[in-house]
Amino acid sequence: MLELHQVEVCYGAIRALTDLSLHVAEGELVTLIGSNGAGKTTTLRAISGLLRPRHGTILYEGEAIHALTPFHIVQRGIAHCPEGRHIFANLSVDENLRLGAVQRRDRDGVQQDREWVCELFPVLKERVSQLGGTLSGGEQQMLAIARALMSRPRLLLLDEPSLGLAPVLVDTIFEVLRKLKEAGRTILLVEQNARLALEIADRGYVLETGRLILDDSAAALRGNADVERAYLGG
Amino acid sequence: MNTAANATTAFDWRRWAGAALPVLMILALPIFADHGASAYQHRVIVILGIDIMLVVSLNLFNGFTGVFSLGHVGFMALGAYASAILSMPVAHKAINLPDLPVWLAHVELSFLPATLVAGLFAMVVACIIGLAVLRLSGHYVAVATLSFLVIVRVVLINATPFTRGSRTFFGTPAYTNVWWVYAWVAVTIYLAWRMLRSPYGRAMLAQREDRVAARAVGVQVLRTRLGPFALSAFLTAVAGALWGHYILSFSPNAFYFTETFTIITMLVVGGMGSISGSVIGTILIVVLSEVLRNLEGGFDLGFMQVPPLYGLSQILMAVAFISVLVFRREGLLGYREIDFTRLFVRRGDPRNEREA
Amino acid sequence: MSLTEYGLQQAINALSIGSLYALMAIGLAMVFGILRLINFAHGDLMMVASYAALFMLLAGLPFWMVVILAVIVGALAGMLMERVAYRPIRGAPDVAMLLTSFAVTIILENGAVMLIGARSRPFPVPDFLRQVYHLGNLTVASVNVVAIISTAILLVALTLFVTRTDTGISMRAAADDMTAAQLMGIRINRVIAAAFAIGSGLAAVAGLLWTAKVGKVDPYMGFFPVLKAFVAAVIGGFGTIPGAVVGGFVLGILEISLQALLPGDWSSYRDAFVFGILIVVLLVRPNGIMGARVREEI
Repeated sequence: MLELHQVEVCYGAIRALTDLSLHVAEGELVTLIGSNGAGKTTTLRAISGLLRPRHGTILYEGEAIHALTPFHIVQRGIAHCPEGRHIFANLSVDENLRLGAVQRRDRDGVQQDREWVCELFPVLKERVSQLGGTLSGGEQQMLAIARALMSRPRLLLLDEPSLGLAPVLVDTIFEVLRKLKEAGRTILLVEQNARLALEIADRGYVLETGRLILDDSAAALRGNADVERAYLGG
Repeated sequence: MNTAANATTAFDWRRWAGAALPVLMILALPIFADHGASAYQHRVIVILGIDIMLVVSLNLFNGFTGVFSLGHVGFMALGAYASAILSMPVAHKAINLPDLPVWLAHVELSFLPATLVAGLFAMVVACIIGLAVLRLSGHYVAVATLSFLVIVRVVLINATPFTRGSRTFFGTPAYTNVWWVYAWVAVTIYLAWRMLRSPYGRAMLAQREDRVAARAVGVQVLRTRLGPFALSAFLTAVAGALWGHYILSFSPNAFYFTETFTIITMLVVGGMGSISGSVIGTILIVVLSEVLRNLEGGFDLGFMQVPPLYGLSQILMAVAFISVLVFRREGLLGYREIDFTRLFVRRGDPRNEREA
Repeated sequence: MSLTEYGLQQAINALSIGSLYALMAIGLAMVFGILRLINFAHGDLMMVASYAALFMLLAGLPFWMVVILAVIVGALAGMLMERVAYRPIRGAPDVAMLLTSFAVTIILENGAVMLIGARSRPFPVPDFLRQVYHLGNLTVASVNVVAIISTAILLVALTLFVTRTDTGISMRAAADDMTAAQLMGIRINRVIAAAFAIGSGLAAVAGLLWTAKVGKVDPYMGFFPVLKAFVAAVIGGFGTIPGAVVGGFVLGILEISLQALLPGDWSSYRDAFVFGILIVVLLVRPNGIMGARVREEI
């Protein structure tokens, strides 16, 4: 479904991604792990159109999307839930969700999806009129994911959903991710918490200073001694 | 290392030559003005010198701190009015400014003292304003200094005993000549050079775009900004004094947005971190606006008469300004200076590579 | 005149001038909220709309039609301004954008001088806007009443727009978090164009009301109002619409109060005080009365 070929992204003179190639097949949950500054977030931003790669191509269902604007990329069914949540703090939960579906024309479908995400994250239903900024960190993360789901994406990009959250909340969120995976959603998950990510992923890529250094099934990565030492605290 | 040390001594005369050359080039202007220039050209050269002072002193502040002051023309106004009030002969003051408070009405200073006092006055005002305003960030400083400009204008219009309000202020003695102007130009450029090109200055210059680092400086921000602000206010006021004693009659309208925008255009076109850029930018804009102003009165294209188009020069300058921002944001020279020493070094000379 | 009557009279004056400031400030705030651009040329939109109205009235068009068309002209002028001058420099440092708006001001004002002449022209104010009503000891000008009522209507309409429509909500979203707004698939260019259109349309209304009050138009008429509108927006909380509205009325009250309270020979320093207060606000409470959230820009 998604293919990156030798993608290179630069911030001015700094090369953030070098020669990155990866793919995600439909229905898979693939995870990108690596330490801080490895380029994981940059990868997602390149896919969702916030950044344009200097070299390389990004194909989505066979179509080259690396030169498209975020508007077009969302249109094609890719949703990016960014690092740090980026919910609209001065807008209500309801308005946040509504904006997630802003490109959609099917009112009934949108209503259905809204009910569905509120089932996934019941706390959102309680707080539906509250301003996004008044939610706790965990609630904001749930809102961010719910909002991304409102566009009924075929590919979901998730950036560090566990960041800064208490373990209980992290578990809740990963439960939801598991549910989504079982429902057949395609997910590309960037995670600092490699252990959790590898537990639910099918495959994983390990990035280090902008380069791909490992590429394997999640099970293999879990058993990999280097990975364990570097990222799993082993 | 050894080679560097040797290179320094061997380089010495070249650096001196490199420094002397632009000085001579600038000195050529007043020399020409006094020997051989027409009255019109003389006038342009004087105004050019004053504009160079204004732009370089603004650059001193902006280049050093990375922050924009939109109110500097206010200091120019203070300088012009203050120095004029001080230097006007007592007899004239009695007629033109009958309501002056007694302690001013009997003061009459010669040119340099009047200028210096006016400059110091502006400097004090700058310190007061600076304490209030320089703690702000980015464009809030710009807005706050703009408010300062408006306040100055309102005060000038209303302080009628001192300024004759919005009516023309006249009776300033004609003290300015081209040599006064260019002596001050030299002082300004020298001070700016010392500040901006010192190691500390260069560090500030490199750092100004880096917001995170700037924020890390914290409270010191005020202190690092206040010095350049006060100094540039002083020089701007002196430029105002020179201008006032050249034009001889003026009103608050001369010190408002049009003038502000003109100076900023010169600054931006030349390059905001570069002194030589400021000089070049000023020369370009002054020449351009003179040409355009002559065209404004209407001209003959041979096959048709172009009618008077007042305001055209302003529009074209504004367009030029936008073009620079769109196409070459850093201006002509950006943060670099013209390095005249290169003229004295043979091509391919390894010593040329000494300094990046 | 009793004290209450005096107070009431001044309150009406404050409300009416506050309405104008609010209308102007909204346009500034909308654009600043999304683009971080302080558009000084906003004031010239008042001028453009007023001149358009002038010429249409002189051509014989009925007043109600002129108002609608002039507002449309204002909105279009604002959108054109954005497309030509501000879009190419999007992403530039804030000060560069502010200076560009200066340049646009100069172009518009001198353009008007060139094409129409620098002299002010009388504006044929229709009779219903020139009435003065006397209620007991109070003097109420009809134009002030119209100003207050039309501002109220427009504010209601605007509130509905930004809370009920997708475009309106998108606008608020873009002002809140531009990155997230992009990721929603919001067409940022359209949202910005809409913000300019609406803000400029409101400025046009303010311009027409202003012109109706002073009875004439000149190329520089928008200049001081936009400064005042800016003060209003900052006092209220720059970047948000509620802030602009609150700021507009606060400024109106402030001005009238200063006018009333300053001793005779100091009253002309009123504007200096207003701008002095701006500096104080920037120092003490830069987020204004409504305390808009300051986005961290690291």
